[in-house]
Amino acid sequence: MNFTSLDLQLLNTCAALLLLVSFAMLSQRRIVSLVNLLALQGTLLCAATLLLAWRTGQHHLYLSAALTLALKVVGLPWLLHRLIRRLEVYWDTEPLINMPGAMLVGLVTVVFAFGLAQPIAELASTATRNAIGIAVAVILLAFITMITRRKAMSQVVGFLSMENGLFFGAMSATYGMPMVVELGVALDVLVAVLVLGIFFFQIREQFDSLDLHHLESLREDQ
Amino acid sequence: MSGLAWFTQLLEVLAAISLAPLFLGWVNQCRAWLQNRRAPSLLLPYRGIRKLFHKDAVLAEGASPLFRAAPYVVFGAMVAAAAIIPSMGTGLPFTTAADAIALVGLFATARVFMSLAAMDIGTAFGTLGARREMMVGFLAEPALLIVIFVASLLSATTALPLIAERLATQAPALYPSLAFTAVAFTMVLLAENARIPVDNPATHLELTMIHEAMLLEYSARHLALMEWAAALKLFNYACIGFALFVPWGASTGEPDPAALLLSMPVLVGKLAVAGVWLALLETVSAKLRVFRAPEFLATAFMFAVLGLLVHLLLGA
Repeated sequence: MNFTSLDLQLLNTCAALLLLVSFAMLSQRRIVSLVNLLALQGTLLCAATLLLAWRTGQHHLYLSAALTLALKVVGLPWLLHRLIRRLEVYWDTEPLINMPGAMLVGLVTVVFAFGLAQPIAELASTATRNAIGIAVAVILLAFITMITRRKAMSQVVGFLSMENGLFFGAMSATYGMPMVVELGVALDVLVAVLVLGIFFFQIREQFDSLDLHHLESLREDQ
Repeated sequence: MSGLAWFTQLLEVLAAISLAPLFLGWVNQCRAWLQNRRAPSLLLPYRGIRKLFHKDAVLAEGASPLFRAAPYVVFGAMVAAAAIIPSMGTGLPFTTAADAIALVGLFATARVFMSLAAMDIGTAFGTLGARREMMVGFLAEPALLIVIFVASLLSATTALPLIAERLATQAPALYPSLAFTAVAFTMVLLAENARIPVDNPATHLELTMIHEAMLLEYSARHLALMEWAAALKLFNYACIGFALFVPWGASTGEPDPAALLLSMPVLVGKLAVAGVWLALLETVSAKLRVFRAPEFLATAFMFAVLGLLVHLLLGA
């Protein structure tokens, strides 16, 4: 694989911006902006995939870039926006910890993720192996985004962001997963969001809210 | 050290002292234009300083010598800071005396003296302003230090002129880490210089003011020095920004009269653009509540640390 330094720089910039978007999602209070950030993350992922496909000449990466564009930039955000409109949940998402606290936890997580990815990166032989650390960080930050939210909607966005991180990790470690796996995961995610969309309506019907702490009580009379 | 290096040094300090009020005036003028107001004269800060120097100083009852000494210390710290910031040439004799970390220390010294002087009189507003200033300062300082560390790691030195020189002479490349730290630096600059999202320099509204609250008890030459030092601080911060993020145009390497001559219009051009940029930022953003300022600065810190981590991981 012949990488010029400019390609690597562009890829690294994409990776750094992915990390930044993950932090933005962590600190974002509004669900509508959260979905927009998810679309932005998908766009960055798509750009990184295209760049990698062009440089390595692996044609299946073009296909997965197209898949990313269709699903993560257009499809799922549109679906989520429609759900937000239908459920009328424009409200603030009330993170459990305040924003500077979440930032600090996020930064510690990134350090942890970089340490975690170091041995994996040494095993990988790709030119983009340094970005594995960023992928792990994106996954863990998405975890924190899910943990610190109470509303079902933002947890789903966190889940999708985590999937983005996994995808980016596979891309930077081995230049993408086999096509079958990728298609399978994409379909899974799509179905998951559709099913969770139905769950949202059920949860709201039952509790008049999308706040998941209602699900923690065992008895119905509370 | 050649004579020309000392001349560059002297020129930079004198330029900083004399141009700082002009830069402040330019920012204010741009801001007025953007807000559809009639702009005040570009020379208004100079006139204000001259007017204040002609007045008789009034000291509050019970003011200690610290209160009288503080304006000189603050102004002196800012002049000393200007001496180690490479605004025109990087071959400065003072480079060996103090590096970028000492520079942050100089700003901290000025802040401590200003806050002590504000609390010295014992009025409620002075204390309030000092406490708020310390709150902003202790959050902004780590962010500024990490911004400097990233540039130091990229250029393998902590001396600001050498950082600027190495960043200016190496092959151009995309540095996501520098881009992140540039955002962090801009936010720190706004917070440290009492600009709009954190403080509004144009009002004396008691509930929101930070910087002005500390100067309420000062008059005449003391106030003039304090305001001049504030202008100098803004100028210094702008020049640190140039040294770290747009180092091109300053004369690098061996002192050279032609390069030095060329660097003067370049500096003025950079300042003009920076003034417009600052005014634009201040116009489009709203003043934050005081209790939201930590969030603003936490974001700046996050950007700076992210730049550092990205640099450590990706080497870019």
